Amino acid sequence: MSPELEELYQEVILDHSRRPRNFGDLPDATVRVHGDNPSCGDEIHLGVKFGASGELQDIKFSGHGCAISQASASLMTTKLKGKSRAEVMETFRAFHNLVTDEVAEAPKMLGDLRLMQGVRKFPQRVKCAMLAWRAVEQALQQTTGESTISTETDLGSS
Amino acid sequence: MHQIAGNRVDWKAIREDFPILHEQAHGHPLIYFDNAATSQKPRHVLDALRHYYEHENANVHRGLHELSSRATEAYEKSRKRVASYVGAATADEIVFTRGTTESINLVAQAWGGKFLRAGDAILLTEMEHHSNLVPWQLLAERTGARLRFVPVRDDGTLALDQLPALLTPEVKLFAFTHISNSLGTINPVAELCAKAQAVGALTLVDGAQSIGHLPIDVQKLGCDFLAFSGHKMCGPTGIGALYGRAEILDALPPWHGGGEMIVSVSLEKSAFKKPPHRFEAGTPNIAGAIGLAAAIDYIEKIGRAEIFKHDVDLANYATRRLAELPGIRILGPSTERGALVGFVMEAAHPHDLTTFADQYGLAMRGGHHCNQPLMRRFGVTGTTRASFYFYNTTAEIDRMIEILHAAVRFFS
Repeated sequence: MSPELEELYQEVILDHSRRPRNFGDLPDATVRVHGDNPSCGDEIHLGVKFGASGELQDIKFSGHGCAISQASASLMTTKLKGKSRAEVMETFRAFHNLVTDEVAEAPKMLGDLRLMQGVRKFPQRVKCAMLAWRAVEQALQQTTGESTISTETDLGSS
Repeated sequence: MHQIAGNRVDWKAIREDFPILHEQAHGHPLIYFDNAATSQKPRHVLDALRHYYEHENANVHRGLHELSSRATEAYEKSRKRVASYVGAATADEIVFTRGTTESINLVAQAWGGKFLRAGDAILLTEMEHHSNLVPWQLLAERTGARLRFVPVRDDGTLALDQLPALLTPEVKLFAFTHISNSLGTINPVAELCAKAQAVGALTLVDGAQSIGHLPIDVQKLGCDFLAFSGHKMCGPTGIGALYGRAEILDALPPWHGGGEMIVSVSLEKSAFKKPPHRFEAGTPNIAGAIGLAAAIDYIEKIGRAEIFKHDVDLANYATRRLAELPGIRILGPSTERGALVGFVMEAAHPHDLTTFADQYGLAMRGGHHCNQPLMRRFGVTGTTRASFYFYNTTAEIDRMIEILHAAVRFFS
């Protein structure tokens, strides 16, 4: 087993991909975002319920995809539940840097998300890791309703 | 060049003709199973490219000097070589293009733009690569013509029983792939061409996956167009060709305008050369054409019938060994197939599988293979594909099986 593989597919990541947390439909979602990664067919359906002060009160996802996209979505939902919009955006930026920026030191605030750092050695897998995050980024930009995003058209927005 | 002892090919020695096969990937000996995407290049082709640039490089058909004569002669000799390779009646039936995609777009624009009308139909199949689908979608939008599709059966073959209902006189062109790049299905080209001809439809064969793998004779197959790329048959990237039957090419207007394709030009209008030059505006890929001819020389020394037999052996062996893996589903026909196997595994997504395999030096492709409608037809978002060429071995397939077993253990 190569060190790169062990870093990419850490036990926690494999565990989240096999048993994703917050998986399923969110019936009282305020916003729904459907994301897809046409280059590999991965899909995510994200439901977000915003609280009275705009915080991300509840979040669930469903869909299918590779271990990286599933684990990333699962870890993301556990991290973002209860966070304010500003905190979500801050986490988004920190996570994006984590998986794309070779020199960035992983900030402590990311917690378990830091385990995804191995993705940066696999540039072709960054889109897999970012799919759920692109969806939540889109969710923040609307207060109600449904929308669709794609990794092929929404890259480079941050 | 490693030649054949008697009528047997020394496949092991042939590997020595390909310098890249000595490469390591992630510290492991490279196993290159992505040949349906592009093949590797033998020294013979690399030498031909170098020789051209060192001894013949100049622009073609215009310089009144020694080098231009050499370049022109080498370029046109390459055209003759391609013509004989596919069994064309004359070299004028060979248009050099950037590859299969450009060849198909040439037909869609030049032929489709002139001859297709609203109410006409183009018949395709459900197994077409996007490059033999999207150009026809664009053409249909422009002209109001309709697209029809021959369905694919569960076993990966075409539902030919539905052909009578689909191949009606409204069909002006039937475009289909020779070998499916995802399923490995080998379509009965001669039979399909004969049926199309019976209703007056032209035929275009996408030869991307077959051109370097089995004997092809356009006159025996009876097709009107054949599109293919050089890079999947040991040649360089950026060169390919369109074969078009002479009387059809003669009737087509230019599709790109520029130098090289004109007889005379005034400020208001121009007169155009005859085919094939009418369709080759601008400085062509001279070195590419020469490299393609060198690839043809190389392949023909081995023999396409021998290569095909080797393909089938490898594909059958791989299919049999893959079936040993737990939770595997192999797509495509269980009988004869081209040199590739696409599969899905319960244990891991194609992208995880190919990332894992790559770390062991095994190059495969995971994804939809430019076959999104076909993937949906089989209820998958993508597959992992191992595709072979004549320099691959059963020992490499054994190693692939070991790596896939390790992947199953890792991801389950």
